[in-house]
Amino acid sequence: MTVLESRPGRGLLPRVLPPGLYSGRAKAIIERSALTYSRGWLVFLSGFVEPLFYLLAFQIGFGRLVAEVTGPDGQPMSYVAFVAPALLAASAMNGAVFDSTFGVFFKFRYDRTYDAMLATPIGPFDIALGEIGWAVLRGGLYALAFFGVMTGMGLVVSPWALLLVPVALLVSFAFAAAGMACATFLRSPSQFDFIQLAVVPMFLFSTTFYPLTVYPEVLRVVVQCLPLYHGVELTRGLSVGVLDVSMLGHLAYLLVLAVLGLYGTSRRLHRLLLR
Amino acid sequence: MTVASTSATGRVVGSWRAAWLRVEGHWVWYRRYWTSNLYSSGLQPLLFLLAMGVGFGSQVQPGAATAGFSYLHFVAPALLVAGAAQNAIGESSFPVLSGFKWQKDYHAVTATPVSPGQLLGGQLIWVGLRLFLAGSVYVLVAWAFGAWLNAGVLLVLLVGVATGLSCAAVVMAIAATTYDEGTRFTSIFRFVVMPMMLFSGTFFPISQIPEALRWLAWISPLWHGNELARGVTLGGLEVLPALGHVAYLVAMFAVGGLLARHYFYRRLAS
Repeated sequence: MTVLESRPGRGLLPRVLPPGLYSGRAKAIIERSALTYSRGWLVFLSGFVEPLFYLLAFQIGFGRLVAEVTGPDGQPMSYVAFVAPALLAASAMNGAVFDSTFGVFFKFRYDRTYDAMLATPIGPFDIALGEIGWAVLRGGLYALAFFGVMTGMGLVVSPWALLLVPVALLVSFAFAAAGMACATFLRSPSQFDFIQLAVVPMFLFSTTFYPLTVYPEVLRVVVQCLPLYHGVELTRGLSVGVLDVSMLGHLAYLLVLAVLGLYGTSRRLHRLLLR
Repeated sequence: MTVASTSATGRVVGSWRAAWLRVEGHWVWYRRYWTSNLYSSGLQPLLFLLAMGVGFGSQVQPGAATAGFSYLHFVAPALLVAGAAQNAIGESSFPVLSGFKWQKDYHAVTATPVSPGQLLGGQLIWVGLRLFLAGSVYVLVAWAFGAWLNAGVLLVLLVGVATGLSCAAVVMAIAATTYDEGTRFTSIFRFVVMPMMLFSGTFFPISQIPEALRWLAWISPLWHGNELARGVTLGGLEVLPALGHVAYLVAMFAVGGLLARHYFYRRLAS
């Protein structure tokens, strides 16, 4: 492959990472994604509609079945207010995983897009950063729209809730990075079932729909290991303005997952495509 | 595999036999790859039963909305039907398009004396069998959770297969008229199937939906399936409404099937 001369003065990453791995051109990958999606805007839009349907279902349906639940501060709160921030985190996860597994798999195995990219002055780390960056951008747009609807429904009661959007971005980042690393291990489309097998239970069981106390002690520990649980805890706490030190732990968990995923993805692309 | 060893007989097989050959073909594949399909064909409804029936249900007080039953009893039959519908729609969209477009095995099958109509029949039988299998697993595991009140559960299984097949026929017709990369399926999943799952009375009664929008639930096959399923497990099913629900499902299957047959012929026989 074309080994790039890393020019001095182009930021920290090109100097830290080995030349050939990163050339500071992740922006071109994002630009490419934006171009391809400019024709599939309906698909793009539909990702925003899905959490809205959920929110609507909880407003008119589930919320009437459950009068009140115990919120993060031990105070009772309305069920819709309980579930809305969790849905925000879950939709950030779903969007990111969808983009970074299905999208990446086809580009990787069938379209051979990455082979073509690596023949140009673009390294595997650019690809990882670019693809994940795109998933995060998309997740961020959905989160912003979702937050707008939450505000319209009167579910935003604390100024801390403004932080919901950056947290959603972090959740997108972590899941896009981890998802893309996993996607490089898939061999056939039928194996997407394994991705679903990881994502759907996480969506259902990460205290999205009911408090952690429902579980017996042993299961609580298992649930607390799930990455989405930490996203849900963050968004739910912020939406009602209940902050404590444990939030730093949740943040750290997601950050570590993001960094590991990013590193893993570029390593895998390097190993699979450049030897 | 038995088909390959069949010696040439010099005669065309009968219609049902031809359709069944397609089922056998699927079975040969399935026997090798069933593990990777384990999730979509059985696990998902069970996960939903655990999360919504048991977890979410623990927060629900039995009341008018659940017809006085516990939430687990209320949601268990509907989840079987919803799972069957989702499963059927999944099996009839991209896999069918793939038969036409990517793997092209439909062209291979219809190059033999099997006609497009028989191919469609075999495809529908296969989906029906898969739904029956997945539904049976669900019934057994849900039974271990104490989700069933009486033996009506065996009828629920049939209701699930019927609801799934009426959806499958329509989606196969759509798949046969799809020539792009299947992007329209993504829109259908998000704008039709997903709302159908949420607003057809699976998780909460449709009386909570504003009256002006309730007709959307009435036209959904899932609602008819849910009503039947709850009727046979929780009791209180009256004859006339029951006949109406069954008629709706049968009509949808017939119309969808005829359309699909038409499009299968148009795409494969011309």
